[in-house]
Amino acid sequence: MHSPQTEAELADVIRDTTGPLAIQGGGTRGVAVAGDPLVTSGISGITLFEPGAMTVVARAGTPVAEIEKAVAAENQRLAFEPIDHRVLLGTTGEPTIGGVMAANVSGPRRISVGAARDFLLGVRYVDGMGRIVKNGGRVMKNVTGYDLVKLMAGAHGTLGVLSEVSLKVLPKPETEATLILHGLDDIAAIAALARALGSPYEVSAAAHDPVAGETLLRVEGFEQSVSYRTEQLRALLGGEISVEDDSTGRWAAWRDVTCFADVDGDIWRVSCKPSEGPALVARSGALGVRYDWAGGLIWMHTATGYDLRAALGSYDGHATLVRGTGQPRFEPEDAGVARITAGLRARFDPRGFLNAGLMG
Amino acid sequence: MEMPIPNPEVLARKARVVERLSAVLPANAVIHDERETRAYECDALTAYRCPPMVAVLPATTKEVSDVLRICHEEGVPVVPRGSGTSLAGGALPTADCVILGVARMNDVLETDYDNRFIRVQTGRTNLSVTGAVEEDGFFYAPDPSSQLACAIAGNIAMNSGGAHCLKYGVTTNNLMGVKMVMMDGEIVDIGGAHLDAAGLDLLGLICGSEGQLGVVTEATLRILHKPEGARPVLMGFDDSEIAGACVTDIIKAGVLPVAIEFMDRPCIEATEAFAKAGYPMCEALLIVEVEGSDAEIDHQLDLIMEIARLHNPVELRQSKSAEESAAIWLGRKSAFGAMGQINDYMCLDGTIPVSSLPHVLRRIGELSEEYGLKVGNVFHAGDGNMHPLILFDANKPGDLELCEAMGADILRLCVEVGGCLTGEHGVGIEKRDLMHVQYAPADLEAQMAVKDIFDPQWLLNPAKVFPLDASDARRQMPIAAE
Repeated sequence: MHSPQTEAELADVIRDTTGPLAIQGGGTRGVAVAGDPLVTSGISGITLFEPGAMTVVARAGTPVAEIEKAVAAENQRLAFEPIDHRVLLGTTGEPTIGGVMAANVSGPRRISVGAARDFLLGVRYVDGMGRIVKNGGRVMKNVTGYDLVKLMAGAHGTLGVLSEVSLKVLPKPETEATLILHGLDDIAAIAALARALGSPYEVSAAAHDPVAGETLLRVEGFEQSVSYRTEQLRALLGGEISVEDDSTGRWAAWRDVTCFADVDGDIWRVSCKPSEGPALVARSGALGVRYDWAGGLIWMHTATGYDLRAALGSYDGHATLVRGTGQPRFEPEDAGVARITAGLRARFDPRGFLNAGLMG
Repeated sequence: MEMPIPNPEVLARKARVVERLSAVLPANAVIHDERETRAYECDALTAYRCPPMVAVLPATTKEVSDVLRICHEEGVPVVPRGSGTSLAGGALPTADCVILGVARMNDVLETDYDNRFIRVQTGRTNLSVTGAVEEDGFFYAPDPSSQLACAIAGNIAMNSGGAHCLKYGVTTNNLMGVKMVMMDGEIVDIGGAHLDAAGLDLLGLICGSEGQLGVVTEATLRILHKPEGARPVLMGFDDSEIAGACVTDIIKAGVLPVAIEFMDRPCIEATEAFAKAGYPMCEALLIVEVEGSDAEIDHQLDLIMEIARLHNPVELRQSKSAEESAAIWLGRKSAFGAMGQINDYMCLDGTIPVSSLPHVLRRIGELSEEYGLKVGNVFHAGDGNMHPLILFDANKPGDLELCEAMGADILRLCVEVGGCLTGEHGVGIEKRDLMHVQYAPADLEAQMAVKDIFDPQWLLNPAKVFPLDASDARRQMPIAAE
């Protein structure tokens, strides 16, 4: 096992390796690949925090909790709500910011503020040959050269191992409230969420729980504004609606998909066109589902080894196997895109040593 | 500005290239007469001009694919062009190139309010995307100041921003999918109407690649419902440092305005003489705009004004109506035109950490004296995106070169304080040779490796983005292969 403490040591490890490496931040995301473990949690520490510029720079192994605590002291936050996978996957360890960005994991607020990748301003990484590369920076607008920052976000370490990230943070709102619509079936629920998101009332999360029969809409901001928008949404949507004032615990559970922690079987994340969600669910054969992102993200629970992709067939979107084995984790790509992807891998990691085979 | 020497072998094949292109396009879509190709000799960086060998105006993705396949087979460089509004020379032709204009591809293909997206052909202008949905209360958020003219194709190529990106992000944050034609004619679809495209983030890579990786013919764009309203407050300060501190305090207070615009004294003076917006004569002026219902706006503006008062403003003017809002924005919106009345100008767009604002403004003032060229600063202060306008006289020999040298010094300064060369205009040819300032050779090599994969012969917009000396060996490849 390799545990570099600096970016230079990380570069040495990768340059000198003679076989595949299994890249880990805190090891909480259930990524299992063959290879010598390369743990980046030793490359840790916040190097810069400018609340007035809404930017944080941190080494990749920095615990997410450490960053959240530091920015919270200035009343700011990681607005994309990074998922903590520990409960769902039964893993232990400390999630790192490098892991969050490498996996591009975003919670319910993704529909209003964007994904993890939208908050990543700059990266430093070591490619598969041990070369240290930087891209982007720490300013919010930057079109200087190609955006390798986005490419590294969600590449799961297969193109390079992150050593440092610059992030945009946002102010924490004064308060929040959650509207709970009761008794809607899937189709009516997704339609209601679409109506809310198609309004000017700035919904920051939109989810539907078919088991509880609850359809949820979160509103955040200044107190006066939250109560105004809550009332407007109530009037817009009609029906039986209750309002919950402190809903942070509820949304943390949605973010981390804890509802499927204790069930046996595989867990999938299906990204789709929101309005197609109910039809996909109907033909999925899933044992349980939760709709997030107004229906654009569906968490599905299936029997172990069940071929969900075959059941879903062709649609605008893709399925990722988050918990389970025996099937590709990521949706196989079309030939044209697969050629580009393979070409990029061949240049960034010519020896194929970084999380080999993880993304195809 | 150095451009590569046109490939004589390509020029010698012009007749054959025109013939082959004419076989796949309507007659009026292939422009090769030397008088007519002049229309494409430059973009909005008008200091540099070069008519292309041929210009084509395909109307479908299939036609774009045919054009690229032919050019690929013939080893002809292709320069994609949206509306030609690039300030960085992104659409500047080479004498041996085919300009591929997407202007005829401007249809709306699909509008979906339930899923909040619009799918358009990329020749459509930015403003007309909003135009297609605004009757139903929706809009497309990125709003570059050229939005009346600029095409979505160019917005994607340059990852365009705008005044409102503090809240809504830039093009890459609002782009959900593309249909793109590769240099060899292959058509690929990436992303779509779902939020997270699968696999590697190729969408993020393509956005901002300045037309060097492929020609995007269709785009799926996120649309949003318009806010109930928006109103600004105008504030004047005696010192730009204090204005900078005020910006920081507003952000720290947890208010997130949609726009924070900054103008300095030279710019205020020019604007007043031109547009008579009634701005206070002071060192620094801020326009801060917030959105929401009337009550929400009042509440936010009250908070902002409370913060401003702590910084002893010389003027504080809260808009109470649409007319007052228009009056406040009038000067800002005419700032570029006002500066243009005084002289020719070069507009830079380096971005800096907001905390460096006072230092950078002071240094720009010093550089202005050293070079003897006037500078006005107007910029998006919330995100540190500077827009220094350097005044020069294009008819005075040596003035353009002097202006460029001063511009380069300002951009070096931006990088020095932790910023970047360009926040929204792109590198193009303008900042190409400054890339060494921001990036080490390994950084540039990693970017150029990406181009190698998408366009192995470096035929697409080849002499842009990367310093010529860095990309030299790669651009020679097609000739060597002949």
